[in-house]
Amino acid sequence: MSSDNPSLPATPLPRVGQQTAWRDFLSFTRQRGGFQLGLAIVALSLGLAVFGPHIGPYPTETALPGMPLQPPSWRHWMGTDVSNMDIFSRVIAAPRIDLTIALVSTAIAFAGGVALGVISGFFGGGRGVPKLLSEGIMRAADIIQAFPVFIFALALVGFRGPGTENVIAALAFLNIPYFLRITRGAVLQVRERPFVEAQRCAGNSEWRIAFVHVMPNALTPPLANISPTIGFSILLTSGLSFVGAGVPVPTPEWGSMIAIGAPNMMTGQWWTALFPGLVLGIVILGYALVGDGLKEFLDPVNKR
Amino acid sequence: MAATLLQVSDLTKIFPVGGGHQLKAVSEVSFTIRRGEALALVGESGSGKTTTGRCLLRLIEPTAGHIQFDGVDILAQTQRQFRALRPRMQMVFQEPYDSLSPRMRVGRIIEEPLRMLPELDAAERQRRALEVLGMVRLGRAAYDRYPHQFSAGQQQRIGIARALVTRPDLVLLDEPTSALDVSVRAEILDLLSDLQAELGLAYLFISHDLTAVRRVCQRVAIMYLGRIVETGETEQIFEAPLHPYSRALLSSVLYPDPASRLSRYVLTGEIPSPIDLPQGCHLASRCPMVEPRCRSAYPPMDRFGEGRSVACYRAQEMRALGGLTTH
Repeated sequence: MSSDNPSLPATPLPRVGQQTAWRDFLSFTRQRGGFQLGLAIVALSLGLAVFGPHIGPYPTETALPGMPLQPPSWRHWMGTDVSNMDIFSRVIAAPRIDLTIALVSTAIAFAGGVALGVISGFFGGGRGVPKLLSEGIMRAADIIQAFPVFIFALALVGFRGPGTENVIAALAFLNIPYFLRITRGAVLQVRERPFVEAQRCAGNSEWRIAFVHVMPNALTPPLANISPTIGFSILLTSGLSFVGAGVPVPTPEWGSMIAIGAPNMMTGQWWTALFPGLVLGIVILGYALVGDGLKEFLDPVNKR
Repeated sequence: MAATLLQVSDLTKIFPVGGGHQLKAVSEVSFTIRRGEALALVGESGSGKTTTGRCLLRLIEPTAGHIQFDGVDILAQTQRQFRALRPRMQMVFQEPYDSLSPRMRVGRIIEEPLRMLPELDAAERQRRALEVLGMVRLGRAAYDRYPHQFSAGQQQRIGIARALVTRPDLVLLDEPTSALDVSVRAEILDLLSDLQAELGLAYLFISHDLTAVRRVCQRVAIMYLGRIVETGETEQIFEAPLHPYSRALLSSVLYPDPASRLSRYVLTGEIPSPIDLPQGCHLASRCPMVEPRCRSAYPPMDRFGEGRSVACYRAQEMRALGGLTTH
């Protein structure tokens, strides 16, 4: 009707919101050294997950000729282990398996936790079948979280035997309740906002309101939780491998390397377990730093 | 086509408030809205006007009563059945920004109610959305933008566009201007008036802003503590309210012209708690004209001429008191 409106220009404006968000992120990052360090570590670990097995100087799963347990030297930066495999090559190859497990299991946990969190948050306090569903989800989460995490992971893997897929399944299962609770909390706030009621007036079904209108506005907290969960999953993977319930032995993996090296620590070959442990610690720290930074960046209260 | 669009009778909403107490937010409210008529529901905070509106759209379920919309008893329908009727009853919300999905573009927000009209294809939906954007005097450029890129007044126009896109018969306006600046408020009120005349819309205008009501509505119903105390034509009521509460409410309005001094009519005392209200007239504790019978039984709605009803035993004497303005 009225195309000549003084208050609005005739051509669509650029997406102001997205541009400022990116600029905000850059200036936020510039002010925080810890967050920068975390980003660097995360980037490096992802790079190693892709290229690590190919850039090491020695094969990662075959013993070298000669004496085992060589100390760090110019030829073997981190020494060799009891089977005379080069520790440096194995340490940088390990992200391939550790990160794959962590990323895949976290992705599954995110998807499952968010979906269940939206259901339990949106329909919580309601009536009928959705309410029962919501209650059921929360009680199941309580049960899962009532067990000590590591013991539960061990039990789950023990149930089906060691192996990459089983570790992924166990970790995903364990992490779902965390994403669920975080999402539920956000949904409980979002569902009270008037636009939800407006969508009801528009004739949307409750399920559509929950997933199309409420969920996109409740994703920030679970997104911020992804990074620390990845770190935690790497740690748990290594823990499982350490006790022999994770990734089978010749595959380069930090936890199993620590396990192989641990007996040698007693007899003075400190490098066998120290280097994989150190790298493991640094990587987990990196993901934790990124998680902290993102949480702060995404929280409107802390912002500026 | 029947002249009566909406008929509400004895609508009651009780909220349990713990300890066996009850909050009667709305009690036995009855009113009708004709096609193309704007009815104002006026009262202070807590008078139950918003609860009444939300019951009409089934956003909350009333405890008792009947609501007939165009001859259909909507309370007899399931929520699923009622969804088919929603395109004909739309709502504009109090909070301009918060009533729009923040992560959706304006075009999509406006088209959302059209999903209930499956006969429209995507092109037709877009055509309709652009059409209503024009009606609310926003250009086509608004279609691709996000709600936060607009001012509060423009956001409220988007909200109005969304309410009109399904070509409803009735629009519920829940304090549509109370979150806006005074200057913007007038524009929105004019827009609402124009749209009503242009499209033959019926409004239920919920507000405590009496000047806004006078500008937009043909009829007024005044609520106090969950009950309608007086209804009538806007001018009748504004000129000579017959219920002591209406009189006090209307005499509190400030007019810019100091010459039109009002005879101030002030109620003393606090509003009683709406929890477990005593029997009798709710105004009895504050009313300057209170009589013993006011405390024993709630006064019935008495008719005073065409379309005028008052729930007061002493309305007749009030009428003798004359109008509000002393020119």
